[in-house]
Amino acid sequence: MTPAGQAVLALLEGVVSGLVLALTALGLSLVFGVMRVVNVAHGDFFMLGAVFAWYVTTATGSFPLALLAAPLAAAAVAVAADRLVLRPIGYAPEPTIVATIGLLYVLQQAVLSVYGPYARPVPEPVAFRVDLPWFGYSGYKLVVAAAAAALLGAAWLLITRTRLGLYMRATQQDREIAQAFGVPVQRVYAAAFGLGAALAALAGVLIVPIRQAHYLMGLDALLLSFMAVIIGGIGSLGGTLAAALFIGLVDGALSVFFSPTLARIAASLVVVAVLVARSGGLREVRG
Amino acid sequence: MVAVAALTPLLETVGLTKRFDGLAAVQGVDFSLTPGEIRALIGPNGAGKTTLLGLICGRLAPTAGRIRFRGRDITDLEAHARVALGIAYTFQVTSVFRTMTVFDNVVLAAQRRWARGWRAALAADGRAVREEAARVLEGVGLTAGWDRPAGALPYGHQRLLEVAMALAADPILLALDEPTQGLAEEEIALLTDLLRRLAGRLTILLVEHNMAVVLELARRVTVMHEGRILAEGSPPEIETNPEVQRVYLGAA
Amino acid sequence: MREGARAPAGPARPDGRVWALHLGVLGLLALLQAVLPPFHHGMVTRIMLLAAFAAGYNLLLGYTGLMSLGHALLFAAGLYAAGLGVYYGQLAPLPALGAGVAAGLAAAALVGAVALRTTGVAFLIVTLMVAQVGFLTTLHFNRITGGDQGLTLTGRLRPLALGPWHLDLALPAVKYNLALAVLAAGLLLSLWVVRSPLGRVLRAVRENEERVRLLGYDPFRYKLLALVLSGGLAGAAGAGYALLFAYVGSAFADVLYSILPLLWVLVGGAGTTLGPLVGTALMVYVVDVASGLTTAYLFVVGGTLLLLVLWFPQGIVGTARARWWPWLP
Repeated sequence: MTPAGQAVLALLEGVVSGLVLALTALGLSLVFGVMRVVNVAHGDFFMLGAVFAWYVTTATGSFPLALLAAPLAAAAVAVAADRLVLRPIGYAPEPTIVATIGLLYVLQQAVLSVYGPYARPVPEPVAFRVDLPWFGYSGYKLVVAAAAAALLGAAWLLITRTRLGLYMRATQQDREIAQAFGVPVQRVYAAAFGLGAALAALAGVLIVPIRQAHYLMGLDALLLSFMAVIIGGIGSLGGTLAAALFIGLVDGALSVFFSPTLARIAASLVVVAVLVARSGGLREVRG
Repeated sequence: MVAVAALTPLLETVGLTKRFDGLAAVQGVDFSLTPGEIRALIGPNGAGKTTLLGLICGRLAPTAGRIRFRGRDITDLEAHARVALGIAYTFQVTSVFRTMTVFDNVVLAAQRRWARGWRAALAADGRAVREEAARVLEGVGLTAGWDRPAGALPYGHQRLLEVAMALAADPILLALDEPTQGLAEEEIALLTDLLRRLAGRLTILLVEHNMAVVLELARRVTVMHEGRILAEGSPPEIETNPEVQRVYLGAA
Repeated sequence: MREGARAPAGPARPDGRVWALHLGVLGLLALLQAVLPPFHHGMVTRIMLLAAFAAGYNLLLGYTGLMSLGHALLFAAGLYAAGLGVYYGQLAPLPALGAGVAAGLAAAALVGAVALRTTGVAFLIVTLMVAQVGFLTTLHFNRITGGDQGLTLTGRLRPLALGPWHLDLALPAVKYNLALAVLAAGLLLSLWVVRSPLGRVLRAVRENEERVRLLGYDPFRYKLLALVLSGGLAGAAGAGYALLFAYVGSAFADVLYSILPLLWVLVGGAGTTLGPLVGTALMVYVVDVASGLTTAYLFVVGGTLLLLVLWFPQGIVGTARARWWPWLP
């Protein structure tokens, strides 16, 4: 393929994966911003979305049903985890990290037991080719990109236009003051955790016809989401989106022109650099 | 005491300024301390007292200005290095190590003076360190309960422990941020007694809201307002200063 | 002096009980090798090495209060330094072990120089990312490292030369005692650090870093020291692993080997010297039993972490210390 063709391929792949990553990372960013906790199991909700989608499409043949049911199921798991584990430990930073690591293994291994170690495909709901001068491109991938963008838009509306969104933004700004104003913080936390899981699951459902459903697929999604949230700025939803697109494009480009491993190494080092640079001087303490 | 003018200031700030996001908490402050004095730093809330103290001990880096300690420019010196030079600081909010024993808290403060290099840092505590810690604890009036966790002490004793920790560092300048806050009458008396005994050997700078303590202890008082020094003088002078009265009464 | 007479001996002079306990544990392990059946003999060898790794992790988490998710990098540094040294450089076992320790120290120093400029969650993520880079690097240079498949060292391992003796590393007894030696180093180092003035500063850093700074200590230097010591132990454990199991592979650099020491330390009790050993021993056996029953054996890892967080945050030895034996270090 000509370099121009490679570039266009890299661009298309980057946009698709960037938008899907944006959806996943938005979920993580929401949890991080509203609840101030790191959910190490976030990638597993992405995986759950893909696996649930496989079950639903295999049982009913309907992809749209999967698109609806999988996120709801993932959200249910998330809300249960919030109620049973996170709330009792009071969302303390380090115990929460340990707890979500535990959750990660429990979810992963549960899927391993029930679904098995194999990667299983889901047929594309719409299959068509778009013929470009250099190559034929999967039409479904373009649909995914459009769908992801639409869902991002919907999420944006939810966060900025609805009462729940208002509550979440208020809690993110200042939890104490929000509580003083009557915001039901406990329920907002549960909603944020559930919504975060649902967003990741949606991304998983969209991606599963392209990549097969496998019980280990969450780790990659987690690391990339982490990168997007950190580079975009913790607590900044817009920043996360921009960073996700950026990472998707760069990852796509590097993967096409070099190797996926090198792409990941580069991305990891960028995250380290960003975190170290942002930590600033330790002398600036408000006395 | 020796005539103030003849002594080099122990501490000197020149044009010290600290801005937080554009708001100047401390603005162009020229402040100095003479060795051996007890100076009280007073002013309404938000005047910049704690910020000034923070700049002196190194917790905060200034936006502009210089600080000199014993003739040496310490503006760029990190907080931990200033302790080695002889500046000790106690926090406004009690910051003893609650899970460590009372004795360990003081040993921690004192051991730095003996631990030079890695080998000493790994060797067991010497007798000298432990005797020093015992001496300091008795000096502040904490004579029992050394093996209890510091968090188990009543609040007033925790404040005393903090002063003990500052003293264990063998300081030249003792900077105390509202040391009597939250203390009962007897405890305040204990502390003022201790500070009075220490003056002369040490220089003491204290931020205080308790006027009785200020009038009793301080030889000179510096009044701050909106980040600047409003007035400086002996306690009676400050008491009768009309501007100071306006600032305090007006701010109520 | 009267005051001197009142000054308590303090924790700086470990009392007889503590020494007896630790030496007793090591002595017990030494004697155990005579009675253990072959399978358990091998298990205990493995446990002792991994417990040294956990002891190093404990220095950082339990005493200094820093949670890292990058210790796999330090373990792998030791593993590969020793393993590649043997494979390509025909290094004898003791120099290989030394190389492993040095690699662990160096890797920790490098990671620390960067990561210790951050704290809390940021530190966690930086260490995770750096370890990921390490893992990916072992995969990328798979022509040298063998990548995922790894390299086997059997046939290339020279005898362990100790004075007049030449000990064959394939012998279970030699493996056991080498592992015991590494564990002993880890345990005694932990005890020494914990009881020393250094240990006091580290514990203070864990509780209130800002206050420590205003007592005249540079927290960065102390955290770095704790990390470097931690890395040295991890490197020793990794090198031991390479020598005793005659294998190096990328799997040891993967994130699981950053999570396992966290698990072992939390189970045993963070901030206790014997906790890492107890935790490692228990969890290695539990996971071993579980993996015999199901392919989903990491369920046990996850479930245990959840249980710990909810009901036993202090771990086994930690709870014992809180309830019955406050003199445990």
